[in-house]
Amino acid sequence: MTYPSNIRIVKVPCTGRVAIIHLMKTLEKGADGVFVAGCMEGDCHFQEGNLRAKKRVAYVRQLLESIGMEPDRVAMYNLSSGEGPRFAEISREMTDKIRQLGPNPVRVKGETKERAA
Amino acid sequence: MIMAKPKPIEEIINEIKNFDNILVAGCNGCVAVCEAGGLKEVEILASALRMYFGNQQKKIEIGEVSLTRQCDKEYLAELKDRIGAYDAVVSIACGAGVQFMAEMYNKMRVFPGVNTCFIGVTDEKGVWSERCQACGACILASTGGICPVARCSKRILNGPCGGSSNGKCEIDKEVPCGWQLIYDRLKELGELWRFEEPTTTKDWLTSRDGGPRKLFKEASQI
Repeated sequence: MTYPSNIRIVKVPCTGRVAIIHLMKTLEKGADGVFVAGCMEGDCHFQEGNLRAKKRVAYVRQLLESIGMEPDRVAMYNLSSGEGPRFAEISREMTDKIRQLGPNPVRVKGETKERAA
Repeated sequence: MIMAKPKPIEEIINEIKNFDNILVAGCNGCVAVCEAGGLKEVEILASALRMYFGNQQKKIEIGEVSLTRQCDKEYLAELKDRIGAYDAVVSIACGAGVQFMAEMYNKMRVFPGVNTCFIGVTDEKGVWSERCQACGACILASTGGICPVARCSKRILNGPCGGSSNGKCEIDKEVPCGWQLIYDRLKELGELWRFEEPTTTKDWLTSRDGGPRKLFKEASQI
């Protein structure tokens, strides 16, 4: 049941709450990768929040590719809330995948600044 | 409303790569509704650009703003005290907004971040389609509220043509024949007699054929 300690969990009421900008900001702020853990497809309590999240994840992956970053830094998984061992498994899987990709280049190289206009 | 879609980010990057201070400016009007140029899209584009240039180890500052509209001077004027801090603007408003921004701040390089597509409607969330080509002389009264200029691929005024098949247009099986739609609507309205009164030659001078257009309403002027 143990999962990697380097994972930071952000709780949302439904993955349908996860917007494109949330995924972008995780990487811009230096996370090495991010995965969205949604309910099983067809089992969304809010009808189709997880299907919406799936489309947004796909959009971000495409956007990352277009700016020369590895799309695999962002992923979507589906599991039910009762599947603790599965959560641990996908956490390990994602962590291994990200470790292979290496650290987020934005954090390593980036010196960009953000400012409000 | 006016529909637009984001330009490929590579194209935007290519335009701005030599600048150090960029303002990404959105518009909360039409392009926000079609999810191409509102505040949300400003944030996403700015984030992607920061990551791209960060990876290139290029120091760049990227500001974010989204104006109520970019097609009105009053809203563009909100930038007048701070736009000087930037080298260039990526405007993700429609083509009118981009031009008005460039006109108002004529020393500033202003680059378009979207491709402006058409005047249309929201079919469903995430799906938009064309309805009007702003021809300047509306004939919807005689065509059952369906525009042959916008909905017929040939813009013919007395259709359908021979390319109409099973209600679809010859250009694409997914595109409904505009004139089939008009026929069906007029039939439903009991106005098929309108087909017996052919539309006369249209004066396209009110459309783009007359050159760039301008409108005046004296009562609105001050």
